[in-house]
Amino acid sequence: MTTKTETMDYDEVLERFDPVLGLEVHVELSTRTKMFCGCPNAFGGEPNTHVCPTCLGLPGALPVVNGSAVESAIRIGLGLNCEIAGWCRFARKNYFYPDMPKNFQTSQYDEPIAFDGYLDVELGDGETVRVGIERAHMEEDTGKSLHVGGATGRIHGADYSLLDYNRAGVPLIEIVTKPITGAGRRAPEVARAYVTALRDLLRAMGVSDVRMDQGSLRCDANVSLSPKGDEAFGTRSETKNVNSLRSVERAVRYEMTRQATLLSRGERVVQETRHFQEADGTTSAGRPKETSEDYRYFPEPDLVPIAPSSAWVEELRSTLPELPWERRRRIQQEWQLTDEELRDLVNTGAADVVAATVDAGAPVDDARSWWVQFLTEQANSRGVDLADLPVTPAQVARVIALISEGTLTNKLGREVVLGVLAGEGDPDEVIASRGLEVVSDDSALTAAIDEALAAQPDVVEKIRGGKVQAAGAIVGAVMKATQGQADAKRVRELILQRCGAE
Amino acid sequence: MSQISRDELAHLAKLARLGVSEAELDTFVGQLDVILDSVAKVGEVAGDDIPPMSHAANLTNVFRSDEIRPGLSQQEALSGAPASEDGRFCVPRILGEEQ
Amino acid sequence: MDPTTRTAAELAAGIHSGELSSVEVTRSHLERIAKVDSEINAFLHVETEGALATAEKVDADIAAGRRPASPLAGVPLGLKDVLTTKGIPTTCGSRTLEGWIPPYDATVTRKLREADVVVLGKTNMDEFAMGSSTENSAYGPTRNPWDTTRVPGGSSGGSAAALAAFQAPVTVGTDTGGSVRQPGALTGTVGVKPTYGGVSRYGLVAFSSSLDQAGPCARTVLDAALLHEVIGGHDPMDSTSLNAPVPPVVEAARRGASGDLRGLRVGVVTELGGEGYQPGVLRSFAAAVDTLRELGAEVAEVSCPNFEYALSAYYLIAPSECSSNLARFDAMRYGLRVADDGTNGADDVMSLSREAGFGAEVKRRIIIGTYALSAGYYDAYYGSAQKVRSLVTRDFDAAYDQVDVLVSPTAPTTAFRVGERVDDPMSMYRADLCTIPTNLAGTAAMSVPSGLSDEDGLPVGLQIMAPALADDRMYEVGAAYERARDAAAGGALADRIPEL
Ligand SMILES: [Mg+2]
Ligand SMILES: [Zn+2]
Repeated sequence: MTTKTETMDYDEVLERFDPVLGLEVHVELSTRTKMFCGCPNAFGGEPNTHVCPTCLGLPGALPVVNGSAVESAIRIGLGLNCEIAGWCRFARKNYFYPDMPKNFQTSQYDEPIAFDGYLDVELGDGETVRVGIERAHMEEDTGKSLHVGGATGRIHGADYSLLDYNRAGVPLIEIVTKPITGAGRRAPEVARAYVTALRDLLRAMGVSDVRMDQGSLRCDANVSLSPKGDEAFGTRSETKNVNSLRSVERAVRYEMTRQATLLSRGERVVQETRHFQEADGTTSAGRPKETSEDYRYFPEPDLVPIAPSSAWVEELRSTLPELPWERRRRIQQEWQLTDEELRDLVNTGAADVVAATVDAGAPVDDARSWWVQFLTEQANSRGVDLADLPVTPAQVARVIALISEGTLTNKLGREVVLGVLAGEGDPDEVIASRGLEVVSDDSALTAAIDEALAAQPDVVEKIRGGKVQAAGAIVGAVMKATQGQADAKRVRELILQRCGAE
Repeated sequence: MSQISRDELAHLAKLARLGVSEAELDTFVGQLDVILDSVAKVGEVAGDDIPPMSHAANLTNVFRSDEIRPGLSQQEALSGAPASEDGRFCVPRILGEEQ
Repeated sequence: MDPTTRTAAELAAGIHSGELSSVEVTRSHLERIAKVDSEINAFLHVETEGALATAEKVDADIAAGRRPASPLAGVPLGLKDVLTTKGIPTTCGSRTLEGWIPPYDATVTRKLREADVVVLGKTNMDEFAMGSSTENSAYGPTRNPWDTTRVPGGSSGGSAAALAAFQAPVTVGTDTGGSVRQPGALTGTVGVKPTYGGVSRYGLVAFSSSLDQAGPCARTVLDAALLHEVIGGHDPMDSTSLNAPVPPVVEAARRGASGDLRGLRVGVVTELGGEGYQPGVLRSFAAAVDTLRELGAEVAEVSCPNFEYALSAYYLIAPSECSSNLARFDAMRYGLRVADDGTNGADDVMSLSREAGFGAEVKRRIIIGTYALSAGYYDAYYGSAQKVRSLVTRDFDAAYDQVDVLVSPTAPTTAFRVGERVDDPMSMYRADLCTIPTNLAGTAAMSVPSGLSDEDGLPVGLQIMAPALADDRMYEVGAAYERARDAAAGGALADRIPEL
């Protein structure tokens, strides 16, 4: 057991070792239906209600490939600058696990649909690193287990488990990098920046929700160390369960330090699966495997090969959206941002959402201030990435529009967004259900105004005397009395009207 | 020639999550040897120039449109379950790691 | 006349013209099953109420002047217990699925229901279709109606025996390496393995996905053709289903009955005969070839040298696929679960349940398949077997360049005795020697009775093989041959089945 006090200093780690990273990202596609059957691909739902004979693995049921998922896979491959296979197949990866209804995963093995690409990744200081992509292949997700009993409620020590197969068969794309070498000190940062760039790319393509908190984007980080100057890669560990961008960075850094500590003591790094502990930023060893896994891959005999024609591939290439980094260059010009301003926007994760909000019709300044201020606060307080907040740019744009047309005040607007974040639906639904409409009925306002005027006769005198700005005090009182539900502009107009100072 | 040892057979059975009794192991070792001896002759003609054929169906690009089809109700889904609880399949505790 | 001795075509004609009632026809078959099945054990489940309900509907339709839903509407049928039936138990002959009631219909089942075919029940089979004798059923062996001390062949032995025992005029079987044709040969009935992809596999509980194919079984070629057209056709639920119309097999069978095979080129496969074949089988086959010649066909010898390796390739490919296909029977979501007493983890419960739920042959094949696919052995076994598959397919392609159909005996021997081969898997496997090449290549083949072996008086089958999607061609040849054989023998072979 390694204790904190004994771990090696990060500087020393880098003096003695070169880190090598490999990142495997699983992305759930946001198709309407699952990979091999017509069940809804939807998050949540009553357990075992999005299932059919195929995704439950019932005897006799057969898979049929979702054409949209293949299109998404090809588009992802193109976005990652990959070659698209002219001919490829699905294979069966055989292993027993209760969350996998057939006890084999239909996946791709030595014939991935996309291979040999790269992704250019921008670091915080503007430096760009090219990360090689080994492959992107199609496969299916597993079901979800709930572990019952035992001290921790986790898998170990549980009395039994309960399985829900709603997620079984959801289309996944697994994206595997080539070994990332030479990052040195910045390896944790590169890992985070890669996952961020990948997430932004996939979101821009509209192929996935890329919600790390909901598991629609999941990252496994392979880390190994080579002694300085040694070409050969060391033994790697594979850390699973890294569920946020910040965790990616922390997990890589922790593993580098842990392995360096082991190696410097003359101990061996064990090739194993490790689990990331969100709470303290450490990783822990999984249960050792009794036998080395032998997946007995073979071509899936229930499916036929996929042979994308070049015409089809080119057609899909033409549907690729403006890529996030292209969009950033464009918004920098259009919004006249300095490099630094742009980088701040990018580093806080706001650039793309702001741009998308602008695309949805909002003015740049409003979009920026919503995301950079209020929504960033919300993301921080929830401990999620800005882009993972459950509010879309379109919803934010709608709120901005409602404010500018006077239907909402700023304060109400924030309340509406909080409602959206709470899962109460679209802004208009929140307004309806929470009764948040601005009080625009003049008669209701008039009563409140008359009351406020009566309470502050000295102010009324000032207004009548031409000091129009004194109306602010009355406006404040009315807004308070209406609990902010009045349109301040209208209130002001009415005050001036009643004081005969128009 | 012995193709397969008793230990290897036990390992394969474990990989296949297949309990086999000691008596069965004894019977199988002999039988599998005979069978594997006989079928090993596929190697005689399988030259490097011969492409493997995994399937007789000469088809490619068979796709389904991304449209929702009615599936099973929860009750139907669980109808064959040895045990269930709260709409979920109930299984014995899982000791191995997720893959 | 007893409806159970009549053909499906005759019954359909009678029912559709109002001469016969489907309910009466169904009842007589149900009574026949009740009378003889304790001896034959062809049925694992009899669906009395459902059968009569369908029959009543057909009778009502006919009485009301409505068109029958299909040419086989109202005709009773037995369905191999490897095809799922919503609301009706499906066991695959395995202990592991005892009591399992599928929540969905196989496409074949759905088509039969839509065609108003009367499903009498589910027929016995070797467990998960693995076997050549129907002795590997967890529910006891099926007996051959010609001699109840003998096997009916397998794995569709229940479907074949039900025909020979007059329990049903037509049945559905499945054929992975000969499982429809070999029982057809051993019971003196017709069994067809359609072109791969011709009949949907959706709901056919997979043994070996790249080889499995459901096919019609009947006492006559025409009846098989009628059933073929009901169950065949493209199915979007099966990715390997051919997007092509069902070959016009009924028309071909009717045309063949005219008995003229002039211009037809028939190839006798050199490698499927000779040593290891029962002399009476070879004599029956030679006589059948003579008959084809008399009908006007040109007969030539054709060599398919790689057929010699087909059996070996099959016994690697099929177990490999089955080791994966049967992994789902793990006691978690359905099927037999044992030892779930709170002390065992999921892995142990899986292993113990599979031990309790599977029979010896299934276990043997799962282990062979696990071995053949495992790292280090894949290339030598599964990989090489796939290459042999290419070679066998090339042999077929070359042969069909020269001839229209190929012929051989369907099986090397007549029906063997119950228990005779159970402890010797290799001798059991050899029963599929002649039928396997067709499955590997995905082409079509059928077995038509060629009379009785002169040495033991048991049925012999003539195998007629045709290229992919040329199923109609073999039906034409089969029907022509059947008519000539019956004429020469002075009556149908079925008339000579001993009384039970
Ligand atoms: Mg994977
Ligand atoms: Zn499904």
